Amino acid sequence: MTATPEPATTQAPTPAPAIRKQPPPEEAAAPPGAGRKQPPGRATLLTGGLLAALVLLCLLSAGIGAYGIPLGDVLSSVLHRTGLGGAALDRVGESVLWNVRLPRVVLALLVGASLGCAGALTQGVFGNPLAEPGVIGISSGAAVGAVASIALGLSFFGNWTVTACAFVAGLATVLLVYVLSRSGGRTEVVTLILTGIAVNAFAGALIGLFIFFADNAQITQITFWQLGSLAQATWPKVLAVLPCAVAGLAVAPFYARKLDLLALGERPARHLGVDVERLRVVLVLVVALLTAAAVAVAGVITFVGLLVPHLLRMANGPGHRLLVPGSALGGALALLAGDLAARTVAAPAELPLGVLTALFGSPFFFWLLRRTRRGQGGWA
Amino acid sequence: MTITALFAARRRSLPAPVPAGTPLAEARDLHVRLGQREVLAGVGLVARAGEVLALVGPNGAGKSTLLAALAADLRPDRGEVRIDGRPAHEWSAPELALRRAVLPQAATLSFPFPVAEVVRMGRAPWAGTPLEDEDGTAVAAAMAATEVAGFAARPFSALSGGERARVALARVLAQRAPLLLLDEPTAALDLRHQELVLRICRDRASAGDAVVVVLHDLGLAAAHADRAAVLHEGSIAAEGPPAEVFGAGLLSRVYRQPVEVLPHPRTGVPLVIPER
Repeated sequence: MTATPEPATTQAPTPAPAIRKQPPPEEAAAPPGAGRKQPPGRATLLTGGLLAALVLLCLLSAGIGAYGIPLGDVLSSVLHRTGLGGAALDRVGESVLWNVRLPRVVLALLVGASLGCAGALTQGVFGNPLAEPGVIGISSGAAVGAVASIALGLSFFGNWTVTACAFVAGLATVLLVYVLSRSGGRTEVVTLILTGIAVNAFAGALIGLFIFFADNAQITQITFWQLGSLAQATWPKVLAVLPCAVAGLAVAPFYARKLDLLALGERPARHLGVDVERLRVVLVLVVALLTAAAVAVAGVITFVGLLVPHLLRMANGPGHRLLVPGSALGGALALLAGDLAARTVAAPAELPLGVLTALFGSPFFFWLLRRTRRGQGGWA
Repeated sequence: MTITALFAARRRSLPAPVPAGTPLAEARDLHVRLGQREVLAGVGLVARAGEVLALVGPNGAGKSTLLAALAADLRPDRGEVRIDGRPAHEWSAPELALRRAVLPQAATLSFPFPVAEVVRMGRAPWAGTPLEDEDGTAVAAAMAATEVAGFAARPFSALSGGERARVALARVLAQRAPLLLLDEPTAALDLRHQELVLRICRDRASAGDAVVVVLHDLGLAAAHADRAAVLHEGSIAAEGPPAEVFGAGLLSRVYRQPVEVLPHPRTGVPLVIPER
């Protein structure tokens, strides 16, 4: 594995996917650097908008709930803790905010960003807009690892045991799906989806087996976890997935440019200097890391990784330099909103988050299937 | 990343300009097996700077396999491929990308990138090198040459087969590699654009590049190529200037179809016509 020089993401020659409003050829021939002085394009606006929405929703989410905390108080308490002035709340408020709400918000951010980013990467690696960890079975695979570690009462890695097991099982599943669903350097939709069905079924059976052999306390734990809820969020849980999620999210954007080239196919990508084998290995690892991070705390949450990259592609085209980090932002936003809805819509009861995302995601997936089918004139 | 790019530019050796006639790609005693079949059985071929070399032959003769071997896509079972004077497998992928550009037979794209971005992908190998500055001009020139500038903003997936083929060619031209390997660039094109593509090949050869092009139209090959190699069952049946190579006897035997070869009344270029 030779060290490939990265086609530098930071100083890439293309004047950002922003100028999808194509410059006419004369303009394209303008001296280099001219593209960078253009007014903020759609990509910048989109990123800015996503970030702003995310911050706002974080603050709202921290304040809204059975024990309401006004926005001003949230801000003031956060400022106080970071040593920038402000003031602490009363004892209850402080405890609700810092021990209940904020871990949950941070966990939703991490899980959502991981799901969104993993979706964008999976679609890029498979070269198929329908690939998503949940759909093609990677999440279930990771879930088998997580369930096994709970059912067998493993604790060799302390706090990180569930995540580590989810990662190992998830990695094995990505590799399996990748090998099974590709032929001749391409992934056909039918093969991919059918592989997903088979893998999901097998993973389901394994999970069933583990539950069968688990004792009552473990079954309760597994069931709560399977519903895909963030209700049990605590700081140790945040810490448990933080390394996986951060590592995955930090590495992913560096491969955006190469993912663009991979869209041309494996051979053409290689002709353009991409070390395709290395790219594949790295990205499969990253997908497994991100999926493990999401699955370990929140069970199988499907469709976020499918929906978010698709909406972004519609808004700003398929360029991965915005798509990969943008999907992380969008995923975080979607999950935060989903979690807020899950705990407020039917208050004081709480809807399972996984149920909510599937409720919205499945019809979208169906629509996507129809559209893809029409686009290529049938599956055969 | 900026630091990586800095080092990358230093680590990669850029191709130096070479005088016309220098071998840019060379196959020596090439043997390739795909499954049970020996697709190439002892092929020797040289692509030189400044000339257009046409690969012709019937279906399944091994043209695309030979092109893939010259592109360093596959390792031969025996024999050697040298690119720019070094064995092909000794180059790293990024270094090869600076030296040879390849047009695949079918252009596919997983996601609906707009045309201009697809063409710009051809510039990826130059990121972090001094020639990165040429990106804009290279893309614009390639799009103008292939007449795709008119639909620069349209998504690739919305184009017709012939338009896609031209966009793919534009991407390959934008790469500005000294060795061009084109697999049936004219297959999906109308008359005008077939001529256009071969004129581009000629221009690139005049500019000092080596162009290897797989063609099915023997008339096109005869009119535009400096040399033609006729492949037959995995080896080269004849090689040389088209006027010498395209004999009725050889072509009739290789294609298993009786043909007549007539000189064009005005230019004298051989015209190959099946006997009907």
